[in-house]
This record gives sequence, structure tokens and C-alpha cells, in this order.
Amino acid sequence: MLVEVRWHGRGGQGIVTVSRMLAQAALLDGKYVQAFPEFGPERRGAPVTGYTRISDEPIVIHSQIYNPYIVVVVDPTLIGNVNVTRGLVPKGLIVAHFDKSPGDLRKRLDPYDAKVYTVNAMRIALDILGRPIYNTAMLGALLRVTPLAKLDSLIKVIEERFPGPVGEKNVAVIKRAYEEVQGDE
Amino acid sequence: MAKVIGLTGNEAIAYAVKQCDVDVIAAYPITPQTIMVELLSEYVYNGEINAEFVCVESEHSATSACVGASLTGARVFTATASQGLALMHEMLYIASGLRCPIVMGVANRALSAPLNIHGDHSDMMGSRDCGWMQVYAENAQEAYDWIIQSFKIAEDPRVLLPISVNIDGFILSHSMERVEVLEDEDVSRFLPPRKPVITIDPAKPITVGALCLPDYYFEMKRQQVHALNESYNVIREVNKDFESFTGRRYDLLETYGMSDAEAAIISLGSTAGTAKAVAMDLRDEGKKVGVIKPWVYRPFPDEDLIKAVGDAETLAVLDRACSFGAPFNALCSDVVAALYRYGKSSVKVFNCVYGLGGRDITPTDIRAIFNEALEAAKTGIVKEQLKFIGVRE
Repeated sequence: MLVEVRWHGRGGQGIVTVSRMLAQAALLDGKYVQAFPEFGPERRGAPVTGYTRISDEPIVIHSQIYNPYIVVVVDPTLIGNVNVTRGLVPKGLIVAHFDKSPGDLRKRLDPYDAKVYTVNAMRIALDILGRPIYNTAMLGALLRVTPLAKLDSLIKVIEERFPGPVGEKNVAVIKRAYEEVQGDE
Repeated sequence: MAKVIGLTGNEAIAYAVKQCDVDVIAAYPITPQTIMVELLSEYVYNGEINAEFVCVESEHSATSACVGASLTGARVFTATASQGLALMHEMLYIASGLRCPIVMGVANRALSAPLNIHGDHSDMMGSRDCGWMQVYAENAQEAYDWIIQSFKIAEDPRVLLPISVNIDGFILSHSMERVEVLEDEDVSRFLPPRKPVITIDPAKPITVGALCLPDYYFEMKRQQVHALNESYNVIREVNKDFESFTGRRYDLLETYGMSDAEAAIISLGSTAGTAKAVAMDLRDEGKKVGVIKPWVYRPFPDEDLIKAVGDAETLAVLDRACSFGAPFNALCSDVVAALYRYGKSSVKVFNCVYGLGGRDITPTDIRAIFNEALEAAKTGIVKEQLKFIGVRE
């Protein structure tokens, strides 16, 4: 089965990085993957999207993603400003960085029949990293919601990408987000 | 043993070049090829490849440096896109005319004006008649595989011509995909060092590129045509050799569903992949459609194309570039010429221009093209011979 993921964030928040890390983790699990940015010039602070495709079979499609199964909102300030649920397939998933409950987010988004999950990624990032870098937290939350890749595979990817203490802290961020993400079911 | 890693098209090309033991790289960075050049300069700086990186001030100089280096017998790589390729134009003819087996990676991008950095084939189609071989990759794996094969094809004494390996700008250059890479030793075994035929050498001076007036110029050009004709078999041989190393099968073109297709799409590059995905769905619905993807565009694989077309009644040929003022655009003109040449002019053809300046072509667009082709096969009537897909009019 082909799963399509859309990432929402702002330029500079590591949206391309997480879209690729998810793909790399799935690659370790033997999956076929694609990860690509919103094509074109990059502008720091502007709303951006990133994309990941994961499949058990070779992926031959190369068009952009219009109807993702999963939307991950990395930057909470986009909610209400960017139509993050655009094109989301019925029974799709929304995993958002949001400091209130999934029920509260549902009221803000009106996401039809999507399942909604939230995690306070900022608090986790500040507690563990001491800096507001919360993209990797969303990876942990996402893998709890749907096992697109094994958590261990993601940890391997993180440790390889950020050797030493930075990697260790990011692994802690991922594990805590994995534990703390909440659903509204 | 092969290993699997995630690479973008740009990264896959740089990785392949690193393994090909190149001697000289001269290139100028330009979006969307930039990462290719950045990585290669990094490899040279880190000592990961024992090559000379010539930091040039323009693409015209990049190709000039490559020509000089290639004539000394060096294995040479360059890379560019769009305006950079346009600026190289003069030197492209010199590279092919002097029989320099340079390999060039191109992340295809639209040409100005208006300024646009996104993917289309205007750049390479503008260089169509420069005497270079041209390969179009569908994905990062193919880009990696064709770079390695390209050195062997270009440097073969029966060919000795430059070759470009094209990837769709952004769509492939910036998308990370699963790539199975070879071990360095395996690449070395597949691709031994270049064995040049004649080299320039201060100890034994020769003249290269001398004035050549009506008495000999024509013969030189005739030899280039001959070399391109020879290259068909060299490409096939190298493909077979590569298959025995990797298990991955390449040819002048790839087909999908053509054994019983009534209607087919012909496309270069990444769009052929999307067309295959749609064709799979349509075939599940019982519709007999197929896809032909020329891997090699120059020399044009006309004989193989005719075989691949088989009994298909309608062909929709997709062009990602405009040949302004021409009856059909580049790829379609070649397809029609091949059909005529082989006495198959009864096959119905229509030409779809798509994706200029990076406009996305969606599975919905492709499904509509297939349905129109099937309709034409059924009724015998082509409604529109030249269509523009997804444009506001």
C-alpha cells in the first residue's frame, strides 16, 4: 500500500529534514520511499510543505501529492492561517503540534472524518533540548499514531544524522513525543 | 554487495561520479543542479576522489575546460541546467566535434524569459542537435545507473562522443528515493580506467580542431553520424554488461503493457513513471494501454520504438518543451518520422505539451490523455493533434 504524508511548517524549521528522516527510517525497514520538498525557492519563516511517500512496492508515480492520508503540522501558528486539511483523504490522520487537546484542535480545523492527534512538541523540545526545535518530536508522535516505520529504525537514522549528545537528546525527544501524543477517539 | 540508501537525483549522480574514478570535474553551480556540484567539490576537497576540480567562472568555461581535459585522455564530468546549458551551447558542438567523451549531468529546467527555476526539457531540447548522446532517467536509481554506464558508452573507441544524463529538475533532482548503490570495487571492475585512442601531449605535439574547410569538414560530420549509429550497439552491450553486474536491465527504451496495448503514451523521464502508474490502474479496469519510455533520446531509438509500438493504434506523445513554430514538438516529431520511415504512418498520433516551467502533470491529466487515445483508437479519429495539458487558455 502507498501512504502519502504532507508536512506543514515554516522555512527553517527542518521540514525537509523530517520528511527525509521518515523516509530513511522506512528505507531501513525495507520499504520504497520518496521524500521531497515544496519545489522552488526557500524563504525562511514562510509557510512551507514537505512530502513523504512510503510503499511496500516500487513507487513509480512522480506527481505531487494532492490527497495525503496523513497531515503533520509541525508549526502550531499555521493552524487557522494555512488550510492544513486541504485534500486530506476521508478517514485520514492529522498529527499536530498543539498545546491543547485533540478535541480543541478539531474545533479549529473542522476536519470532517479525519482522526486528530496532538502533542505539545514545544514543551518537550524546551524540556529536553532547551531550544524551540520541535520537528523531530513530530516524528515520534507520528510513528505512535501510525507505524510507517519502526521506532528503532528512526532512532538509528537520528543517531547517524546527529552523532553524540545532540542525537541522544533528539532520541529522548522522539520517545517522549511517542508517549505523550493524544488522540480524540 | 549492493547497499540501499536514500538519495536525491542530484546526490545519486554525484555519488555515481565519485565511484567512476573521474580525473577532472569542471562545473558551475546552477539551480536545480547546484547540489551535484557542491557534493563533487566536497568529495574532491575531502580527498574522497582523486580528481582535479576546476572552479570556473561560467558554464562556457566549464565545457571548455572539460574539452581540454578530455583531449589529454582524462575521464571528465560536468553538470548544468537551463541557462547554464544555453551558455554552453557553442562548446557543446566543440565537445562532440572533437570527439570528447565527456559525461554531463543535467537537472532539466525551463529557460528564461520569464525567469523560472523549475523543471522542463527546454534546456536539453535546445541542445538536441549538438551531437551529444542524451539519456533521460525516470528516477534517482536510473540516474545513478546511467551515469556509470555513460562513461563506458562515451569512452568506447567506436563512439567517442559526449553524453548527457538528464533528470527532471526538482521532481528528481530534489526528491529522495531508494537507491541501490554498488560497492566502489564493483564499479571499478565494471568501468576500468579510460583507454584514450589519441591524446594531446606536449612531448608529442598534434593539432586538434584545426581549420577544416569544404574539403574535409563534411567528412568529419559524417563520422559523427557514423559514431552515433555505432553507439546503438555499444549502448546495448554496456546495458547487458551492467545487468550482469547489478541485475538491473536497461535498454534504448523501456516498455510497459505494450504486448497488447491499443493506445500508448510515449514520454521521457519522470512523467513516464506517473504514466505507468496510471496505466496499471487502467489495465486493472480492462483498458489496453501501454507506455513507451525512451531511455536514450539521442541517438533516437527508432527501430526499437517501431517494435515497441507493435499493433498499437494510437500514440499520445508527451513533450515537456516547445519547438516553437514546428508542426510537432521534439519527441513527437521524432516519433512521427520513425513511423513514416518504417512504413507505419497509419498509426494515429497526437502531441501533448505539458509541464512547462514545472507545472505538475497529475495522474488525472494522464488518465484523460489515455482515454482520449483509446477513443481515437476506437473511432479512428484524432480530435486534436496538438494539445496543451493543464494550461489556462
